[in-house]
Amino acid sequence: MYRETDIIQTIPGTDEMVINVGPQHPSTHGVLHLVITIDGETVKKVEPHLGYIHRSIEKMCESLSYRQFIYTTSRMDYLSAHINNHACALAVEQAMGIEVPLRAQYIRVVMDELTRIASHCLWWGSVAMDCGAVTPFFLAFREREMINTIMEETCGARLTMNYMVPGGVMFDLHPNFQRDAKAFLAHFRSKIDEYDELVTGNIIFQNRLKGTGFISKADAISYGCTGPTARGSGVSCDVRKWYPYEVYQQVQFDEILETAGDSYARYLVRLAELRQSMSIIEQLIDNIPTGDFQAKTKAVLKPPKGEFYSRVETARGELGVYIVSEGGTTPYRIKFRSPGFSNLSALDHMVRGQKLGDLVAVMGTLDLVIPDIDR
Amino acid sequence: MTLKQYFSNIFTGVKSLATGMKVTGGYFLRHHKEKITEQYPDNRDTLVLAERFRGEVIMTHDDNNEHACTGCTACELACPNGTIKIITKFDLTPEGKKKKALDTFIYHLELCTMCNLCVEACPTSAITMAPTFEHSVFDRSQLIKKLNKPGSKIREGVE
Repeated sequence: MYRETDIIQTIPGTDEMVINVGPQHPSTHGVLHLVITIDGETVKKVEPHLGYIHRSIEKMCESLSYRQFIYTTSRMDYLSAHINNHACALAVEQAMGIEVPLRAQYIRVVMDELTRIASHCLWWGSVAMDCGAVTPFFLAFREREMINTIMEETCGARLTMNYMVPGGVMFDLHPNFQRDAKAFLAHFRSKIDEYDELVTGNIIFQNRLKGTGFISKADAISYGCTGPTARGSGVSCDVRKWYPYEVYQQVQFDEILETAGDSYARYLVRLAELRQSMSIIEQLIDNIPTGDFQAKTKAVLKPPKGEFYSRVETARGELGVYIVSEGGTTPYRIKFRSPGFSNLSALDHMVRGQKLGDLVAVMGTLDLVIPDIDR
Repeated sequence: MTLKQYFSNIFTGVKSLATGMKVTGGYFLRHHKEKITEQYPDNRDTLVLAERFRGEVIMTHDDNNEHACTGCTACELACPNGTIKIITKFDLTPEGKKKKALDTFIYHLELCTMCNLCVEACPTSAITMAPTFEHSVFDRSQLIKKLNKPGSKIREGVE
């Protein structure tokens, strides 16, 4: 037996050893604690220990009104904060039967895709850094900074935007928004080829990722993986395609599927999604209709008694918001189905029997955001 | 693996590294043209923040030291964190009637998450978000602010 407080413990009678990675470890991108059983360099078992950044967001939401609880979800998956807020707003609108104006729907989708690009940019930098390359991190942050500036101009905040309100968006678009967004797309289109040159074709990077962290299609389904993690194994699970919300039905985009199921497939899916997001924004940015950006709603929202569920595709996978209403001003229960939690559960399956050094690279391609796993 | 494959592997590997190094080398040669780093404390005078940037809640006062807050506590109810505390008093109108008015608008900056819900809730647009961000102080108690200025009163005609 080993005690969790010990840094390294051997298991008597075997060559196996138990080590702790984290919770303060730079490659886990947050306070994730992994208890790893290794035999030499080979990983035998990975056991994630959660709870280091638990803020009881679900419980907190029970004491907040239907307008107030939306801001807390920015603190879950902070890299796609806007998409989290979108899921909550959709659930409340479904409960209240609010019709969202078309302009607000367009704004929401454009912002969602900008957030997705920002999130994937950061992921691209960090996955390269997990494999030992530092330069891509700076290049990715240059592009991400442009999106943050656009967000700051329109939403008033760079990371935790809180731009969604039930019935629409908080403010109208900034007059410079369309100009800036187009300038960003033009800039990004030239830089994304640079991403390919610098990292995708790199032989060291390919050898690190190809063949590691394999998960089959059946296993991806049974572990509940969603998002690029599942699509890298060939599972068609894009919520934007299967359960279209807002104006996703009207835009043309492909669901990216790779069948290899290894880390490199997940990398390719995310990189291709960057291009798809750009294409979605290009289709919508010039056609944003005029009109209201927010529907008229009552000051106090009181949904009828019942259960409501909404789902969106965040940068990491499917985020579900489940609300139980008793007819009062605050929800009786709120449950978030976060994509990171299910994706992390497949980590043990992915790295079993592989080398310890590959663990960090596999975790990088899962794109884990710890506050999302541990709400 | 044949000998030919072995050498072709080495060749493609070296070629892919050279392609990546070309990008890095390109930046090395023209990095002086595009500088994206901001020299923050030195460029404080020229720093431009977005007009909508949410830094702290302020109450706007006009030249006559008048504000638009009626003390209705809509912002206090809208705040998810209990950041705002409004203390009201009763003023006597010229007709001799009692009228509810704002006494003190207490704002806890240390609790605020800048979610903008109070500004949205305000029916008279008395409070706004200010684009300031240097809020560090040495003691937490200095972050508890009184937003209405001393001697200020409500603007005529605001109900």
